[in-house]
Formats: sequence, C-alpha cells, structure tokens
Amino acid sequence: MSDLRVEGLTKAYPGLPVLDGVSFDVDTGEFVSVIGPSGCGKSTLFDVVAGMERPDSGRVLVDGKDATGRVDPFAYMPQQDLLFPWRTVLANTTLGLEVAGMPRSEARERARALFPTFGLAGFEDARPAQLSGGMRQRAALLRTVVQDRPVLLLDEPFGALDSLTRTGMQTWLADVRAGFGWTVVMVTHDIREAVLLSDRVVVLGPRPTTVRHEVVVDLPRPRDLATTTSVRFSEIAAELLGMLTLNAV
Amino acid sequence: MSRADGLAQIPARAHGRADSRARRPRLARTETPTRGVGVVRRVAPPLVLVVLLLVVWQVAVVAFDVRPQVLPSPLRVVEQGWAYREQLWANTLPTLQVTLVGFAVSLLVGWVLAVAVDFSPWLRRALTPLLVVSQTLPIIAIAPLLIIWFGFGLLPKVVVIALVTFFPIAVGLIEGFAATDRQATNLLRSMGASRWEQFRLVRLPGALPRFFTALRIGITYAVTGAIFAEYVGATAGLGIFMNLQKNSFRTDLVLAAVVVTAVLSVALFALTYLVERLVIPWNRDV
Ligand SMILES: Nc1ncnc2c1ncn2[C@@H]1O[C@H](COP(=O)(O)OP(=O)(O)O)[C@@H](O)[C@H]1O
Ligand SMILES: [Mg+2]
Repeated sequence: MSDLRVEGLTKAYPGLPVLDGVSFDVDTGEFVSVIGPSGCGKSTLFDVVAGMERPDSGRVLVDGKDATGRVDPFAYMPQQDLLFPWRTVLANTTLGLEVAGMPRSEARERARALFPTFGLAGFEDARPAQLSGGMRQRAALLRTVVQDRPVLLLDEPFGALDSLTRTGMQTWLADVRAGFGWTVVMVTHDIREAVLLSDRVVVLGPRPTTVRHEVVVDLPRPRDLATTTSVRFSEIAAELLGMLTLNAV
Repeated sequence: MSRADGLAQIPARAHGRADSRARRPRLARTETPTRGVGVVRRVAPPLVLVVLLLVVWQVAVVAFDVRPQVLPSPLRVVEQGWAYREQLWANTLPTLQVTLVGFAVSLLVGWVLAVAVDFSPWLRRALTPLLVVSQTLPIIAIAPLLIIWFGFGLLPKVVVIALVTFFPIAVGLIEGFAATDRQATNLLRSMGASRWEQFRLVRLPGALPRFFTALRIGITYAVTGAIFAEYVGATAGLGIFMNLQKNSFRTDLVLAAVVVTAVLSVALFALTYLVERLVIPWNRDV
C-alpha cells in the first residue's frame, strides 16, 4: 500500500476545459472520497490519475515517484460494472490477473478465495446476468482489488443501485476495508456515503474544476448505520452540502 | 439491433435490480423448456400464410384453367419436381458446393478486412469508401466478364458469391468491433492490456452477436448469388437447370428448382442459429 499525491492536474477536451489544477494527497491506508457536482470532471480526474488520459499539465506521484501516465499502480473500477456476459463471474474477476500474465489456475484460486467475503460464494460459475445489482457491483469490486495494486480508484461504485441495496453495500464496504487496509480514492456525489466511508472528503467545484474544500471526517471507527444519526455526522454532512451548493447555479 | 449488441446491454441490466432478485444459477436453467414453444410460435404464422397462398393459387389455376407453361399449379410443380428428383438433386449438389466455397472465401475476406481495419485507422479511412463502391458494382454486367476471364469453372462463381456476401459480413464485424464500450476499453487499458489483448478479450467477443446477424444476411445472399452465377454460365447447378427448363417452357420445373433453392437457403439460415448457439451460448437473446 502506498500514498498518492495529485499535483496541479489540468486537462481540457477540445473546446472544453475540465480540470483546472486539481491537487490533493492520500496517505497510505487512507480512504478519501472526491465529491463534486455532476459533470464537473470527476471521471476525467480518474482517467488522468489512472493513466488512461495524459494531463495537459501537473503530475501524479505514488510513494513520491512520478507515476503520471502509468496504469500499474492503480486498480480502477469504472462507473459501470462492465462485467462481460461471455465470461462467468469467476472469469470476470480474474480478468486483470490474466492480463498481468498470471497463470489461469493461480488467478482463479486467488479470486475464488475472496468470493465468500464478497458475498458471491456459489456464484463462481454463474453468468453476470444471473446476479443482482448489488452482487454485480461486488463482483466488479472483487475484480478490482484482486489485482493487488497499491491504490484503488472507485468511480461511483454504488451509483447504479437502489438506496436500500446501496446502504447495505456501504456498511459492507466499510467492514471489508477495515480488514484489508486498502488505500482508496472513491468518487461519489452522495454526501452521506462520502461521510460514512471516508477518512477525508475532497470537494470539487463546478467545471472547470478545482479542489474547493477538504473535510477531515473525525468520526470514530467502526462506523455503522447508527453513526449516520450522530450529531457530528450531521455537522460534517451539512458542511459538505454547504460547500457543494456554494455558487451553484 | 438490440440483440446484436451484447455490450451495450450491460449498463441497462445494472440499473435498479435489488439483491433479493438474484437468481440462483440452477433456477435460470429451468427456463429452457419455454424455448420449444418459442420456435413453434415463430414458425407457425409464416407456415399458415404460405399454405393459404398455395391453396388460393391451386384453386385459381384450376378455376381459370391456366396453361401450365404460363403458370403451373402448386401440385403440378411438386409432382413434376418429384418426377425429376434425380436431375434436381444432381444439380443441387454443385450449387451447394459453390455456395459453401464462395461463402467460405467471403467469410475469410470479411474477417481479414475487418480485423485489419480495426487495427489500422489508416486502413479504415482507405477501405471504407472502397467497400461501399464494391457494392455499387452491377454484378449483372460483371458476371459475364468474370466468365470470359476465368472460364466456366468454380472461380468466377466463387468471385460472384464473395462479391455479394462479404460486404454485410465485413461491415457487421467492423461496426461490432467499433461498438465496444469506451469504458470497457479503459478498463482493459487500466489493467495494462495491449491493443491485441483488448481485441481478444473485449472487442472480438463483443462483436460476435452482430457477426451472426451479418452472417444470416450474407448466407441468404449466397445461395441466390450462386444461382445467378450459374444462370450466367455453368455446366451444372440449379441456375443452369432453371435456364434450360425455361428455354423449353417447363415453367413447372423452373418453379420446382426455385422451391429447392428456397429450402436450401432456409436450411443454411437455420444452421446459423445452431452455430450461434454453440459459439456464443452466453447471448441469451438468440
Ligand atoms: N473523452 C471525452 N471527450 C470529450 N469530452 C469529454 C470526454 N470525457 C468527458 N468529457 C466531458 O467532460 C466533462 C466532465 O465529464 P466527467 O469527468 O465524466 O464528469 P463527472 O464524472 O464529474 O460527472 C463532461 O462535460 C463530459 O461531457
Ligand atoms: Mg462520472
């Protein structure tokens, strides 16, 4: 596990400036959420950090070393689950390991070991279409973490779920992460989710976006649904909401 | 086109499905028996319509006493077709052979072109307009020239069939590869996949449903393409058989050969469904 430093990233698509100098740090083992209005450039930020798009300027550092444009320090979970219908659930989760050149049997063994933790035991040979929405997201997350990369980048992992499933997934993720100690950056536009899961929340402004505010979430762990009814939780959520709606048109 | 678009369906499925609706793998398999009913439902209406048309035709020919040289009754077509079954069969085999060889060449050309275009943006720009131009060639004028150039053997017929069928296949594949979700490409790139691995792991399997749709379009053109090529010039085959019978005013035998052609086309068409189910069993919309 490693620390991540994002330094002054700018990125424009033809005629559309999206990132306008985005900087923030993530410590080893820290869970940081990035929230911002829809379309402000959160996914674009991830595309640049994960090395899939070159920034116009700025740098990405992992453990103090330049990792701009490199994909290998990051395990990326896209906004859609992107489970492929032609692969079984197990084969979907080993995709990254296969690409990395790991022998198939070893890759399967490693992914299989995580199935119970991810609530997918018994579904190894099922097709993705047979999974519920929550299970699909957990399978996509399994595919991400099994790659064992230093930093996890999760783009709205629960965005497509109904609110009940979503709440279940949030508390589940809080538990699982406590056990593994991952370094995580998660994009979301759900304030409640950000506060519940994060050690720190980075607030982005509207496009062209830049970091507008950072909030340390000093709520004790382990957190559960009771946490969300505490006074401190409401205070932090209110502060974030204030920052998000500031100057919002 | 929705059933041909495996990848595009993924996000749609991801939305709003609660955990409680998870299906156990075993449960999903019990759906298969309904498929038999689906086939009957699909085949029955056109069958009923065809029978109805045949009855009207038969009654009309008898009622108005039409000469068989002009329009034979359906019963006469069957009767004479059966009487000439050995000749018909002897001419069906070369047609089937030419169809299969021509279509195999067409598949090869279609795949090579589509894969090349997928890997080279320059080739995509260079070839796309040429592919379209190839479809504006008047085959009816070119086929006789092909016979002048290549003789009465297999080659000119194979060229005609390939020319009329490679286009839907190549275009279906090119579009199938290109329809790959941008996010899926990004996911593979984030894993460190090379362009070839992206092709093998996502673009190729994602394009297969569309390929089978294109395959069906191509195979129906292939048989008629073969008949046409034989019509222009051949030593054996259903095309030349029709031409000869027409010249001796045996309209009934021409139509009998037409029936054989139709049966051949439908059989090959049905075969593509079988192959599709074997190759991409995961595409449940078939
Ligand atoms: N590849 C691209 N080419 C051009 N414009 C893009 C591209 N990707 C995203 N955009 C645009 O950049 C802006 C930010 O998009 P995105 O990063 O997806 O926002 P968010 O994830 O915050 O909702 C949007 O206006 C989007 O249309
Ligand atoms: Mg986004």
